[in-house]
Amino acid sequence: MNQKNYKKQFIILSVVLIILFFLNISFGSVSIPFKDIFNSIFGGNVTKESWQTIILQFRLPKAITAVLVGSGLSICGLLMQTLFRNPLAGPFVLGISSGASLGVAILILGSSVFGGFFLTNSVSNWSLPIAASLGAFLVLSAVIIAANKVRNTMSILIIGLMFGSLTAAVISVLAYFSEADQIQQYLFWSFGSLGNLSWKELWVFILIYCVGILGTISIIKPLNSYLLGENYAKSLGINIKKSRYIILLITSLLTGVITAFSGPIAFIGLAIPHISRLIFSSSNHKILLPAVAIIGAIVVLICDIIAQLPTSEFTLPINAITSIFGAPIVIWLLIRKKRIFV
Amino acid sequence: MNTLKEKNIILNTENLSIGYQQKKNPKIVVSNINLEIEKGKLITILGKNGIGKSTLLRTISKVQEPLSGRVFLKDKNLNQYSEKELSTQLSLVLTERLPESQLTVFELIALGRQPYTNWIDTLSNEDIQKVNTAIEQTEIEHLKNNRFYELSDGQLQRVLIARALAQDTAIIILDEPTAHLDMHHTIKIFSLLKRLVATTSKTIIISSHEVNLSIQLSDEIIILTEANFYAGTPAELISKNAFENLFPKGLINFNRTLQQFVINKI
Repeated sequence: MNQKNYKKQFIILSVVLIILFFLNISFGSVSIPFKDIFNSIFGGNVTKESWQTIILQFRLPKAITAVLVGSGLSICGLLMQTLFRNPLAGPFVLGISSGASLGVAILILGSSVFGGFFLTNSVSNWSLPIAASLGAFLVLSAVIIAANKVRNTMSILIIGLMFGSLTAAVISVLAYFSEADQIQQYLFWSFGSLGNLSWKELWVFILIYCVGILGTISIIKPLNSYLLGENYAKSLGINIKKSRYIILLITSLLTGVITAFSGPIAFIGLAIPHISRLIFSSSNHKILLPAVAIIGAIVVLICDIIAQLPTSEFTLPINAITSIFGAPIVIWLLIRKKRIFV
Repeated sequence: MNTLKEKNIILNTENLSIGYQQKKNPKIVVSNINLEIEKGKLITILGKNGIGKSTLLRTISKVQEPLSGRVFLKDKNLNQYSEKELSTQLSLVLTERLPESQLTVFELIALGRQPYTNWIDTLSNEDIQKVNTAIEQTEIEHLKNNRFYELSDGQLQRVLIARALAQDTAIIILDEPTAHLDMHHTIKIFSLLKRLVATTSKTIIISSHEVNLSIQLSDEIIILTEANFYAGTPAELISKNAFENLFPKGLINFNRTLQQFVINKI
């Protein structure tokens, strides 16, 4: 209806996103002039060859990862909140992120517990994402099976929470029997990091991400009908079972690949949909989906800049930053508005 | 109901038994229902709490499977309708609370157009016109841009009726549309439904506890009781003494001359 009002907000947010993207690239342990940054990305002459390597091999992939992680997790959060008609839903609450963590924990920690059966020496670049995705799929299929047995969405949320604590318990048992080196390795993964991706991995990430986005666009209509509840949605000719499966598949795919490549990142999936609803004051998914994608990307880019700033030599764990700055903002927003929506 | 006049049956049931399947142990609520519902009528289902009014409505709207027997909509078995097909024939107004969202009244009513919109849910000019017509018919123009959570119960009920109208179906089924409403708003909803039946020739089936109003305003009444099941025009049912069986005897009695229930002297 009020497409024109939204257009203004979208233009502003897109400009902010582009500015932050380049700002993100310009920060790091080595200071590089803006001119050289642009030249190395768009193929001009760069003063130092090492600068070009830093930009193209490290900072650009990291900034792209930040955008994919932020928008992907936010979309997952929105999908979960709409599907379960519950403002507390998100990939974390449903245990999907924990499932991905379990996959990684078994890979890293399990090698010492079960001997060299899983993996003998160093963890390769590919085994991590595969393990995480498998873990996410495992928990999600369990949630899907449970969702078929119980119709009540509240019960499904609680079942998701239970799976979350179950996997956490398994991880602590694994950690108890593991060696210090491996515990440290797992701990570093669980801090979250956006900067570990090579271009090869990034292309896999982008491909899976695009599949998820296309899937999401295809279910905008059922998503909107879910705003009236399942019975009304069904009476509007929506195939509830099919759309439910698509939503769950997209979520597990996106959460799995994001958690694998960047660690379990909290807060984004739950909070960004709420922030977007406050900014756009709409529940229409045609507005909300692009909104959460852009705002999620912006927030993760900002968090990543903050993570690099303090010492410039080190990078703080991204997972801590998203929670430290994000949680108070959400609490403040909710207290001020006093009303939360799905 | 066997009159000789030419009937225009839109929905009928054959030996329908309704209830719940509880672990291979069916719990029958009402059995052997043979109904014939004519096009363009306002039909009220009466019965005390828990007797199965909602179950009957859910069964004829395919929300729930019948235990046995069949339901026909326009001479076609209900279970041969796909969800998509059925959504253009039958729309619902339910008692369940809507999830909290920021939908505006217009957006909520426009969701009724989903069976007709394209894959990405774009409203065509025809869709917008149908939504506006539904808004005019229910007299809620002034609420159009409000958020639905700001509305009173009576206003929300009219918005939900507008949404069902926008869905452009031959039958609208409403489960207790006047629950929680005061007398003024109850009569307002009843007269709105009556007017819609007259002006749009839609068939409207409701369940209600408003016995006195139903007798005055319905074209036909279906009474569910533990032992039996009655259907007919209010006058027919009064002459058959059907209302006497609606509630347990003692506290209230049906007065045939007044055509309503009156309280016995306490």
